[in-house]
Amino acid sequence: MREAMARFVRDGMSVVMEGFTHLIPFAAGHELIRQRRRNLTLIRLTPDLLFDQMIAAGCARKLVFSWAGNPGVGSLHAFRRAVEQARPQPLELEEYSHFGLALRLQAGAAYLPFLPTRNFAGSDLPRANPNLKPVVCPYTGQQLWAVPALEPDVAILHAQRADQEGNTQAWGLTGVLKEAAFAARRVVVVVEEIVSGELIRRDPNRTLLPGFKVDAVVEESFGAHPSYVQGYYDRDNDFYQRWEEISRREESLQAYLATWVFGVSGRQEYRERLGETVRRLRAASLPCEPVNYGY
Amino acid sequence: MSGEFTAREIMVTAAARMLRDGEVVLVGIGIPNLAVNLALRTRCPNLMLIYESGAVGARPARLPLSIGDPALVAGAAGVCSMPDVFQYYLQRGWIDVGFLGGAQIDRFGNLNTTVIGDYAKPRIRLPGSGGACEIAVLARKVIVVMPHRRRAFPERVDFITSPGFLGGGRERAELSLAGGGPEAVLTDLGVLGFDPETKEMLLVSLHPGATVDEVRVQTGWELRLASPLGRTEPPSAEELRVLREELALSPAPA
Repeated sequence: MREAMARFVRDGMSVVMEGFTHLIPFAAGHELIRQRRRNLTLIRLTPDLLFDQMIAAGCARKLVFSWAGNPGVGSLHAFRRAVEQARPQPLELEEYSHFGLALRLQAGAAYLPFLPTRNFAGSDLPRANPNLKPVVCPYTGQQLWAVPALEPDVAILHAQRADQEGNTQAWGLTGVLKEAAFAARRVVVVVEEIVSGELIRRDPNRTLLPGFKVDAVVEESFGAHPSYVQGYYDRDNDFYQRWEEISRREESLQAYLATWVFGVSGRQEYRERLGETVRRLRAASLPCEPVNYGY
Repeated sequence: MSGEFTAREIMVTAAARMLRDGEVVLVGIGIPNLAVNLALRTRCPNLMLIYESGAVGARPARLPLSIGDPALVAGAAGVCSMPDVFQYYLQRGWIDVGFLGGAQIDRFGNLNTTVIGDYAKPRIRLPGSGGACEIAVLARKVIVVMPHRRRAFPERVDFITSPGFLGGGRERAELSLAGGGPEAVLTDLGVLGFDPETKEMLLVSLHPGATVDEVRVQTGWELRLASPLGRTEPPSAEELRVLREELALSPAPA
């Protein structure tokens, strides 16, 4: 992890770290905080606790996003401090709706300069973000709205498993993982386990990314905690609720980073320190029947 | 408030009753999630629950804290990507009902979840749109659920995240928004609808125990009343049982 983050993520880069509630690459984000990356443009539909921590740690110059809250709990307080009070430093915002930002990644993935949508008419979002522009359909004359392609420097994504070649499989909610990977110049995938190519090839429909689009694979068990990995561990909803208290004051948030990010050498030590929580979150067994690829 | 049920329970129940069996519903977190799961477990066993996270036909075994909860995936009819949800399900017109809430709603049903104050220098920075803008623009109809408080019901919202009827009258129609706009607003005090011509919000029905004065005090403009003004049916014993036992909604006031 240390090597992958040092090699692929430089100060000032634009970095998309996706995973919608599911598969959020926390271990990678913590490593970027430890390496004290600066001036990053951070891209996520839902900044979540991950970017709240990275903003508090001073990694971010700009945020490209569509919903900045702690789902079902409340605010992202480090995000709010940065926007409302410029603490610890100002944060530039570029704001979309989920559809708008998903479409930006899709345009980037498809190598189109923009994509149109029937969304946004009547909303104030285009006034807040001049990247949302009206466009007229050349065939029907209909008024639509356009979003520009987004091509981040790096995508960092979490998944259940990959093989040595980087062929990556994910199941459960996949959000905009595929769009983010194909839109980005470089792709780092963090997986719960590296498995054999033979195992991947027995179930090709489950492959989200082909190996040639993946620049590095990092094996990091429990690497998405406190988010979850379907089939491996549950979302740590208790922690998401505790974050409200931890992040409300700058001092307690910094104390959290000191203990759980700077105070550990990596995810293995983090996991050991979690102790009983790891057992509590272990996924129940709910397998599906194998399918027949025979012909 | 009656001792038998809370303000939150009647709000959730009234919202659940807006749904018809077989409808395709795009569900958000919080109260909409409770309302839709209540409807699914009572009057609408064939409700199709779609979450913007990509869970299609979800049958969650536990009440999810977030719209990306793993319980939405296990047992769902399908799972798709978010670009699929927004393009093929929502934009194509397959979503009958979108459920929304917000920090502010105004006289013409416009919703704000972005900022309180000026956008460039906000007094309070809220989470933003998420999927709300596209739901408000594209769903066939929108149902809004939020507690009735004066600061949440201003005459004009500070920022239109999700368009309702804009300035009222034909303004929404003239912009050719694909969806029909807000149909009802369910609060802890009553059920509100919209005048078919002016598109102004109207009080349609009062919840048990609530008064017109109370609603007016909590509304930031001179709210008109439908004639005749209805009375909301209280939650049934079965609705309360599902809410408290199956959906684990604490009977303590929220």
